[in-house]
Amino acid sequence: MARVLLNLPRSAAKGAVIEIRTLIMHPMESGFRPGMNGSILPRDIITRFRCSYNGEEVFRAELSPAIAANPFISFTTVATESGTLSFTWEGDNDFRQTETRDIAVT
Amino acid sequence: MNRRPLLAGALLALTLRPAAATPEDEAAALRAFTGGAALREGRVALDIPPLVENGNTVPLKVTVQSPMTAADHCTAIALFNEKNPQPQVITARFGPRAGRAELATHMRLATSQKILAVAAMSDGSFWSTSAEVIVTLAACIES
Repeated sequence: MARVLLNLPRSAAKGAVIEIRTLIMHPMESGFRPGMNGSILPRDIITRFRCSYNGEEVFRAELSPAIAANPFISFTTVATESGTLSFTWEGDNDFRQTETRDIAVT
Repeated sequence: MNRRPLLAGALLALTLRPAAATPEDEAAALRAFTGGAALREGRVALDIPPLVENGNTVPLKVTVQSPMTAADHCTAIALFNEKNPQPQVITARFGPRAGRAELATHMRLATSQKILAVAAMSDGSFWSTSAEVIVTLAACIES
């Protein structure tokens, strides 16, 4: 399990736009770098990121090797109702990780 | 410590350097995103430092002017480069629930080049802006 940093408010007013910042520890090996023995290191990156709010997708991104190691993605969403935000990262070598955060909307 | 693998690695790094993406590659990637639609200047703001010391992590932010209502919203933001090994950087999909059409991330830059940010709107139009970036330490290729 990779370490994940998630920065979003625990509570928000209904209808407010909240900023969500995500960072996951991942080497994002580009597949273009030679290793110690000179052969090209195989690509190992995160290719997809998805955020859903109470099961409904609100944000999605497709990543490429041009994204820096430990991918940082920041976006916004409207706080519509109390519930759970879930964040899923998927990548090469069957990498898949999901984190959830609860939000209280008043 | 055996220095031979290091030396071999350094030599191969010089000889096996993959070709950078060409402007044609970038145009093809752009076509795949827009479906051949024309790009219009404006509505997109790309915030990226003009002079980058370390190409391994370059912070950037894309902001699109859009009311983000169900009838009129930004559906996607895509970033392209011209001289990394591959032209794609990131493609983000939005809906009206995003609230604001904003995307921030960190990217790699292989060399000094022009970054192109394109926004797709729900009415089918595409808007773009670009920024020149000078890089002193390259990423992607060097180990």
